[in-house]
Amino acid sequence: MLKIEIDGKPVEVDHGTTIIDAADKLGVSIPRFCYHKKLSVAANCRMCLVEVEKFGKPLPACATPVAEGMKIFTKSKAAVEAQQSVMEFLLINHPLDCPICDQGGECDLQDIAVAYGTSGSRYTEEKRVVFNKNIGPLISTDMTRCIQCTRCVRFLKEVGGMQELGMVGRGEHAEITAYVDQSVNSELSGNIIDLCPVGALTNKPFRYSARSWELVRRPSIAPHDSLGSHIEVHVKDNKVMRVLPREKESINECWLSDRDRYSYEGLNSPDRLKVPMIKHHGEWQETDWKTALEYAAGQIKDITNEHGSDALGVLVSPNSTMEEGYLIKELANDMGCGNVDYRLRQTDFRLDGKRVGTPWMGCNIDDIEHLDRILLIGSNIRNEHPLLAQRFRKAVDNGAELNIISPLDNNPLMDIAHKIICTPNDMVNVLAQILKGMSKLQRLSLCLPPSLSELLEKIHVRPNTEVMAESLAGLGKTFNLIAPKVGIFLGNMALSAPRFTEMYSLAEAIGGVSGAKGGILPSAANSTGMHMMGVMPSATGMHARAMLEVPRKAYMLLNIEPELDCQHAALAREAMKKAECVVALTAYKSEALENADVLLPIAPFTETSGSFMSMEGRIQTFKAVVKPLGESRPAWKVIRVLANTLGLKGFDFESTDDVRTKMFEGEKPSTVARKKLNNNMKELVEIEVKIKSEGLQRIGEVPQYEADPIVRRSGPLQKTKYNIQRRARMNPEDLRMMGIVEGDAVLVKQDQGRAVLMVRSDAHVARGCVRVAASHKQTVGLGDLMGDIAIDKIPAEEQEAAKAQAMEAYS
Amino acid sequence: MAAKKSTKTAKPVMTDLKGQTLITLRTLKEKNPASLATYEKLGGYQQLKRLITDKVKAIDVINQVKVSGLRGRGGAGFPTGLKWSFMPRYFDGTKYLVCNTDEGEPGTFKDRDIIRYNPHQLIEGMAIAAYTLGAEVGYNYIHGEIWAEYEIFESALAEAREAGYIGKNLFGSNVNFDLYAVHGYGAYICGEETALIESIEGKKGQPRFKPPFPASYGVFGKPTNVNNTESYTSIPWILQHGGQAFADVGVAASGGSKLFSVSGHVEKPGNYEVNMGMPFTELLAMAGGVWKGRKLKAVIPGGPSTAVMHAEAILEATMDYNGLGKAGSSLGAGSMIVMDETTCMVKALKRLSYFFYEESCGQCTPCREGTGWVYRVIKRITDGEGKMEDLDLLADVSNNISGRTICALGDAAATPVLSFIKHFRPEFEYYIQHGKSMVDGK
Amino acid sequence: MLSKESIEKIEYELTKYPEDQRRAAVMSALRIVQTEKGWLSPESISDVAQYLGIPEIAALEVATFYNMYDLEPVGEHKITICTNISCMLRNSDEIVEHLQKKLGVGFNEVTKDGKFCLKEGECMGACGGAPLMSVNNTKMHEFLTVEKVDEILKELE
Ligand SMILES: Cc1cc2nc3c(=O)[nH]c(=O)nc-3n(C[C@H](O)[C@H](O)[C@H](O)COP(=O)(O)O)c2cc1C
Ligand code: SF4
Ligand code: FES
Repeated sequence: MLKIEIDGKPVEVDHGTTIIDAADKLGVSIPRFCYHKKLSVAANCRMCLVEVEKFGKPLPACATPVAEGMKIFTKSKAAVEAQQSVMEFLLINHPLDCPICDQGGECDLQDIAVAYGTSGSRYTEEKRVVFNKNIGPLISTDMTRCIQCTRCVRFLKEVGGMQELGMVGRGEHAEITAYVDQSVNSELSGNIIDLCPVGALTNKPFRYSARSWELVRRPSIAPHDSLGSHIEVHVKDNKVMRVLPREKESINECWLSDRDRYSYEGLNSPDRLKVPMIKHHGEWQETDWKTALEYAAGQIKDITNEHGSDALGVLVSPNSTMEEGYLIKELANDMGCGNVDYRLRQTDFRLDGKRVGTPWMGCNIDDIEHLDRILLIGSNIRNEHPLLAQRFRKAVDNGAELNIISPLDNNPLMDIAHKIICTPNDMVNVLAQILKGMSKLQRLSLCLPPSLSELLEKIHVRPNTEVMAESLAGLGKTFNLIAPKVGIFLGNMALSAPRFTEMYSLAEAIGGVSGAKGGILPSAANSTGMHMMGVMPSATGMHARAMLEVPRKAYMLLNIEPELDCQHAALAREAMKKAECVVALTAYKSEALENADVLLPIAPFTETSGSFMSMEGRIQTFKAVVKPLGESRPAWKVIRVLANTLGLKGFDFESTDDVRTKMFEGEKPSTVARKKLNNNMKELVEIEVKIKSEGLQRIGEVPQYEADPIVRRSGPLQKTKYNIQRRARMNPEDLRMMGIVEGDAVLVKQDQGRAVLMVRSDAHVARGCVRVAASHKQTVGLGDLMGDIAIDKIPAEEQEAAKAQAMEAYS
Repeated sequence: MAAKKSTKTAKPVMTDLKGQTLITLRTLKEKNPASLATYEKLGGYQQLKRLITDKVKAIDVINQVKVSGLRGRGGAGFPTGLKWSFMPRYFDGTKYLVCNTDEGEPGTFKDRDIIRYNPHQLIEGMAIAAYTLGAEVGYNYIHGEIWAEYEIFESALAEAREAGYIGKNLFGSNVNFDLYAVHGYGAYICGEETALIESIEGKKGQPRFKPPFPASYGVFGKPTNVNNTESYTSIPWILQHGGQAFADVGVAASGGSKLFSVSGHVEKPGNYEVNMGMPFTELLAMAGGVWKGRKLKAVIPGGPSTAVMHAEAILEATMDYNGLGKAGSSLGAGSMIVMDETTCMVKALKRLSYFFYEESCGQCTPCREGTGWVYRVIKRITDGEGKMEDLDLLADVSNNISGRTICALGDAAATPVLSFIKHFRPEFEYYIQHGKSMVDGK
Repeated sequence: MLSKESIEKIEYELTKYPEDQRRAAVMSALRIVQTEKGWLSPESISDVAQYLGIPEIAALEVATFYNMYDLEPVGEHKITICTNISCMLRNSDEIVEHLQKKLGVGFNEVTKDGKFCLKEGECMGACGGAPLMSVNNTKMHEFLTVEKVDEILKELE
């Protein structure tokens, strides 16, 4: 520890602390523009100049490490003079148009200028003008206002993982730009708006829609991935105007993914369902709540009375709150129906009942950056959890070795130590090889259950898996072996693979021999919470897939668009079509709900209260930030009234707090979570490693801006380059062997499903796989996200027509 | 024969007068000065061989350099021996050596002649430094505009590599030194050592904040020693003749000889290698005196980043660190810009401030914004729209740049403004009052 | 697309740097491509970036930072004349005036026939030979006089 003095106040700080950090710790404010605690130090704005005893010239507080006995003056004459002169320099070329600037009222330059500037300008020459750049649908630019602090450049490079902006030119002509006519594509791009200390980069959709002081700021939790990012929702006239991150170091730090920032635009979509609707002779009719609920309850009662309570299927979105999940499960169970499930994008349910507790990520979010060996299985991490990717990036920057097993060779924008790109089926074999390789290296093979050891006997460890095993075992490295920092995680593609059970069991075993942390990276805001609340089939109930395979007579849907949110789009559509009654609790009218019979308008997360449980098992409660739109009502209330209408007892909750008390039976939620989160298996499931798969396999990811009904309706996000025409992407080698060329139209077949798609040659797709992204009307005729798929060539003479068909389905 | 004529270039001028010890231009009198054979004939590469084969200790080499009183010839005059002692001795990985041949400060053109006439001595000097500092890879960063010299240096490197003076296992030892030429492409700022390092790494030449200094965080983040061309080129001579001999060539606090680049209003512009401490008048005489027999008005003794001096002041001065320091300026890189009575100081300053404005890298606020401001105000004065307050404004803005920037370009940009106005204020006032120059009436 | 010759030259430059520092060769690579093509088009810059495996914007940063890269066509012969102090003291303005008159262009303009482009340069580190100019970034002509300039132009015609 070093003893120093700032403005006469003594303070003790660690070696290597900079003056600015020491001052921040002490609560002494030093003005700054370029410095940001999460970015590398550029020391270029010079705003933070302070006087230091024994130094002839002022020093930048952000870049100067303190030394023992240092005496620092931040408000002395010399310091203030230096700061004022820098302020003057910054302002000479800065437009003084605060009244029309979107940053007005929340501008660092404005604030600091008021504090440090002098009135009146001595600069009488012409001001610099810089042309604006179009960097995409999310961020608008006003580059004349830029003060060249390079925060945006550094963010994209260091946190985003890819330099998309640069400062081109030199001297006074230096300006920030993307490469010629390119947009900024980082899935974290919106953060540069927050970072920009002036109004050069502002929120494009929000532009000119409100002044900062007109906005009411309310805290909430982001609902689009399972991080549980803290957000601040800005509201004007009962309308959500924009979303910003709320700093939470252990979760989202001070960042937010673009999905969480811009999806609010979907909240105000014209698709919003404002009144209950009933289908009458094939025509939708608006109605009142009482009629709608009585109708819905009547239908369900009739059907269950006639066919047994088993005839009902309840499908729940993992983006719904814990309270909603709990209530709807209770409702079904009280009716004697065990067909409840939230795992809409899963095919393999063999692990049901075999696990000790609720599966989770197996560590905390902020543990990730401290890992030194990582295995990511079947995850397109930037697509699934953009901010989590950033934590992994930090780990890799700190020297961690990242190993990847996946059917897609996506660029995670960080260095990969080893990767194996193969079919989902082969991934099982690869994992077995790694297990074998590692158990040999660790000499811990005795720990493996005999059944597994037996399986491994026949496995041959190939060189490329051997090196991965060595990396994970830390061979030749001086890692801490007592407290190993290994992380093994299964992502979306593993979770929805038909052989998830094998992958999970083997990953568990690898974790066992390596002392790893880890688990699954569940996709949705409340996946973990739904599991813990038991929003899953009863012992005799049907899981999500079974409810579609063996269609039910009636369905209750909570917050989903079946053909876009389910693993098997075609099955989901068929099942809804066939059902006698579909009651959908939904915030949106939708083509995907055409086959429903009753639409009950529910409130999205901003208009209701409730809790999400994140991937790290954190239960976070939030409140409504605006009133429900139109006649829509919080889903928990709708379920309560529906239960009452159905004649069920015990649903008289006054608030979500009440529901929660009941849910946790009076215990503290975090205590319950601690007890329940557990990735271990009660018993080994019988698995097979060596299965030869014939034919092609579909890799059906859900693109990040299609993940749920809200984000699907965010105009700005849909305008980004991530909104792509669905194509059949295949490895060029496979295409060559099949005699297909890029740009051909092909017939894609899964089960009974068909779709005509164009082909794209994509070396990032594993051999034997066809990447067809999901959740789009172009592909709703297809089957499993991950599963068998066939490609039929279309004869040359029919190509033109086929291409036209593919294009039409897209537009 | 027109082609021949048009390739004429300035030659270093060597008159065998007393007061000239050829150290860095040792080969100048020879027929093929730049060839390896010539350099070898003069005992070239023998010091490198001796150090390596005799396994001379690094500390002994450094001591010789310290005794020599050699100060960095790049402008800052930092003692070279002391700088070398900052290089970490033990480091797990490659250490680098960098030579700064990016001279681009107006009036500076000495390193170009070293490469043209004596490239092998530079290579030997760098190899000796590399051996001493344990650097295994070196780069010579050469100013982009002197392309012919870049090619000369590339060929010299090929010769030296072929002869086994650089490369792996030098003289059968386990000493390695791979030396490469890299080029700039038009940015004065890359003369600043950390900008130069960034440029070697393939980035914009934007100076780094120091500390950390290159000795701990240099090329590719590795320990790196940076010296000027002339500094390295002095090394073989120092080791051949001993540090003391070098010190004795010069005067107190300024060891050795120095290459002075003399340009502007003299009869024979060019480089002059003279012993430190030579009176200015002698050097001026060597350069043939003031152009066309005119009267001397002012001299910038060490490049525009050093203060301009009145004729009276410089006529009294000696050409060494202390001599020029006492006379109110500094030696800088030894780039003497001579101005005769016909020079309009306001216009001269305008051109210099345009240079710093144009060459500012743009990363730090005071330099980026200040250099443009200064230039525009001076331009306004030469456009006949100056105001008296402008002179104080100029001084104030310059003072606000100086000492508040990442690198010394900010200080360099302020120096001419402050010194020109200080020494020639009446000329500025006249220009403002009359809207034209006091000197040329235009 | 980079030509085979350019790639060969870039590969030589790459030998100067550690394997994981391909970026370091960007300055030479840009120079090599510019020399071949006459100027640096956005496509050329992208090609270089891709070849070295660096973001395009990083290559653009470099290309726009250094004066000698030409981001617009400069005709067959780019004449860069120094007007800095040492040259100015030796009357470079007369040379500039002559050049501008003779070629009929101002600074940063290309003659109609596409033969010449005139640029104002900063110090070229050869002030002893002032006034001076450089042709196509490689050839320096010193001690210029009006007559000598004419000779040089004639040779280049
Ligand atoms: C703006 C600026 C320009 C510089 N230009 C040069 C230069 O052209 N050549 C040079 O050797 N040093 C130059 N320097 C000094 C270098 O930063 C560095 O001090 C020098 O190369 C060290 O070598 P030395 O100790 O041998 O002089 C410059 C410094 C600044 C601030
Ligand atoms: S002083 Fe000028 S040249 Fe030096 S770092 Fe700052 S902006 Fe760049
Ligand atoms: S905050 Fe320190 S220089 Fe910008």
